[in-house]
Amino acid sequence: MKVLMFGWEFPPHILGGLGTASYGLTKGLSLQSDMEITFCLPKPWGDEDKSFMNIIGMNETPVVWKDVSWDYVKERIGHKCDPQTYFDLRDHIYADFSYRHTDDLGCISFSGRYPDNLHEEINNYSIVAGVIARQQQYDIIHAHDWLTYPAGIHAKNISGKPLVIHVHATDFDRSRGNVNPTVYSIEKDGMDNADCIMCVSELTRQTVIKHYHQDPAKCVTMHNAVYPLEPEIQEIIDKGRTKKDNNEKVVTFLGRITMQKGPEYFVEAAALVLQRTHNIRFCFAGSGDMLNEMIELAAQRGIADKFHFPGFMKGKQVYETFRDSDVYVMPSVSEPFGISPLEAMQCGVPSIISKQSGCAEILDKCIKTDYWDIHAMADAMYSICTNEGLYEYLKVEGIKEVDQITWEKVGLRIRKCYDETIERCKRN
Amino acid sequence: MKTVCLYFEIHQNIHLKRYRFFDIGTDHYYYDDYENERSIVETAERSYEPALKTLIEMAETYGSYFKCAISLTGCAIELLESYAPQVIELLQQLNDKGCVEFLAEPYSHGFSSIKDPEGFKEEVDRLCKKIKALFGQTPKVFRNSALIYSDEIGELVAEMGFKGMLAEGARQVLGWKSPHFLYNCNRNPNLKLLLRDYSLSEDISYRFNDSSWSEYPLFADKYAQWIANLPEESQVINLFMELCALGIFQPLSSNILDFIKALPAQLKERGIEFSTPSEICSKIKSVGAIDVPYPTSWVDEERDLSPWLGNVMQQEAINKLYSVAERVRISGDRRLKQDWDYLQASNNFRFISTKPNSYGGYRGIYDSPYDAFTNYMNIVGDFVTRVNNIYGGMDNEELNSLLTTIKNQDDELAMKDKEIKKLKQMIAKIGPAEEEEKTEAKAEKKTTAKKAAPKKACATKKTTAK
Repeated sequence: MKVLMFGWEFPPHILGGLGTASYGLTKGLSLQSDMEITFCLPKPWGDEDKSFMNIIGMNETPVVWKDVSWDYVKERIGHKCDPQTYFDLRDHIYADFSYRHTDDLGCISFSGRYPDNLHEEINNYSIVAGVIARQQQYDIIHAHDWLTYPAGIHAKNISGKPLVIHVHATDFDRSRGNVNPTVYSIEKDGMDNADCIMCVSELTRQTVIKHYHQDPAKCVTMHNAVYPLEPEIQEIIDKGRTKKDNNEKVVTFLGRITMQKGPEYFVEAAALVLQRTHNIRFCFAGSGDMLNEMIELAAQRGIADKFHFPGFMKGKQVYETFRDSDVYVMPSVSEPFGISPLEAMQCGVPSIISKQSGCAEILDKCIKTDYWDIHAMADAMYSICTNEGLYEYLKVEGIKEVDQITWEKVGLRIRKCYDETIERCKRN
Repeated sequence: MKTVCLYFEIHQNIHLKRYRFFDIGTDHYYYDDYENERSIVETAERSYEPALKTLIEMAETYGSYFKCAISLTGCAIELLESYAPQVIELLQQLNDKGCVEFLAEPYSHGFSSIKDPEGFKEEVDRLCKKIKALFGQTPKVFRNSALIYSDEIGELVAEMGFKGMLAEGARQVLGWKSPHFLYNCNRNPNLKLLLRDYSLSEDISYRFNDSSWSEYPLFADKYAQWIANLPEESQVINLFMELCALGIFQPLSSNILDFIKALPAQLKERGIEFSTPSEICSKIKSVGAIDVPYPTSWVDEERDLSPWLGNVMQQEAINKLYSVAERVRISGDRRLKQDWDYLQASNNFRFISTKPNSYGGYRGIYDSPYDAFTNYMNIVGDFVTRVNNIYGGMDNEELNSLLTTIKNQDDELAMKDKEIKKLKQMIAKIGPAEEEEKTEAKAEKKTTAKKAAPKKACATKKTTAK
């Protein structure tokens, strides 16, 4: 089976959870021997893991015919892809886009991030997708998140192959209900045209059904998973935590400090905990538009001395933070899935998550509270910090539980879903 | 001749309220009064009252043929007295019919038999007194909380003078042996053991109304025939269950009471008797000792302590609670002792179980085992602080050394008491002899009296010195 996937991010250059999920999912799928995946990215850096799939860069796909030599192409983009692909794609240019800004190879450039002119970039992405969709051979199209839905629809219209869209988040999660109408319309359009909608949790599925008015029959829940820790990261964890005097405990929040993540509940709960105990510190790692507000709130509650904002964490820093934490908290107001508690549990950190997170649906060995119930949250933090038994249990059982959640199993489920979708589309 | 021993347990725990760690040190009331009243009233209405009325009716119909045994925990008695006194009255009516034997059990329905032997004796004693006061019977047979039994517990119970004890006929203990005989404790042959036939018992308490069960629907004649079909040598068939099985586990709409009502006639037809546990202990001979190195219970498929002590959280909770057992016992503070009773109840630990499906998924006010653990530990945290406050922050070592001193002195006093008794007896013996000799030698008597007197004075001095 051949799959054409449209994505926006891919490790190692990631900005959020989307990249990690795309990687895991593709790799899990590729374990099936007859699976061939072509993954389209706006701007590959060349250091992506291409061992299990084929990557096509949108910024290396010509939309305007340029008479260039093999050697020139090889010199320009040879380190990222096979020049032959360039020429194959060049044979499928379908319209005159010379009015658009293109480079010497006739390609449109992409930032590969979330720039201010995001909508223009989405549009360009869809234009380029038309070329790829004409050139490639595939049985099904799989588009990740709303940025790539237009491209997916475009490919579907060209090839007539079934379209699967993967909802990693909706605008309802990002905005706590105040949706951006443009984003909503792109999302809705994608869903309306999709033959199958994969949602990362039942929570998201319900949003899709209720707020986007989709047929429940074509919405399936496809929970995310995690990859086992890499040996070098395991080494960081095994090295043991940095020694602290006076037996202080550390409670950590790690993520973007935005409205969606419910940071203020974390601060309020921390304030409650600190009213009673003094040997607990709080670490608020991450950056975001509410960072300053939170620093102010912590100061207002008079807990700034126990409350730390180390800023955005990258790569190994994340795991070092986990290693030195006793409790991980994710008080998200609305979290489509939320992969970070799984990572924390992999590192043996007991987690407290909000019931409004998608991952709460598949996790049992963690404490779940309502995001607004700061008393319950504070109580849980205090309990893990003071009761060795609870800490030990959640630590040991948490690792066991997360080890059972693998992308390989997700891959099998996705495959089943593909087969059913193709079957259904044939019948209609 | 086969005999059936029918036994019902009445236990309701005192529900704990939502107790956050902010409450530690400020709020010393731990109970959910509303839930306590609601649950006991509901249970009484749906189960205890109709079930007891049925038993009374059966006693009237069958006269002395029908017998059963009942035990109550202290918590249940307290709840019934406050919210459903009619149940106690029904029990008294049943008692008046002379067909019921009341058994002893720990007052709190807790784990003192394993963790706190001293406290165990005290609370069993307290319950016996309560039973005596309510029903005029002094229990002679014992059952432990959740039917927990091990060799050590057996030894302890035998020391307390009970002649029999109920236990689970768990497979891991019996092996090829049958529960249909009377056994005895391997450390003390005076303690007889009645082992529950869990299969026949649970046919009534768990499966009766289960339409997916292969034997559904179960009728009294079929059930009686099963018992009649047991091998000829079988002596006792022990059917032990909670009284809530009649009405709560098996709803009244399943006609469970009609089944129970019809059972004696069917058994009588097949020549099977009813006996109370103490009748069995005195009538039937034990076929041998049974080894139970690890505790067994009547809960879950494993029939061990895993529902209460299966994970590290439960172990921590129980250890933390019993770490102050001695301090509570010698404190003499009534409120503390009352809280101590309620906090020990096994249900509190069962809520923390992480076994799948244990307790039928019922967790009361708690979301998850972690929630139950957090709540319980907050309460225990407050409780322990209160206990320790009484001792003015005295640390364990200091207290322990004092306790050892007191204990040694007690032992010493007991020795002296014995000595005094002996001497008194000697005097008494010498006394009459003296009278005979009175006429013969007056001087001799004076010397013996003098000899005894100083010793006695010495002993009393020591008593006051303490």
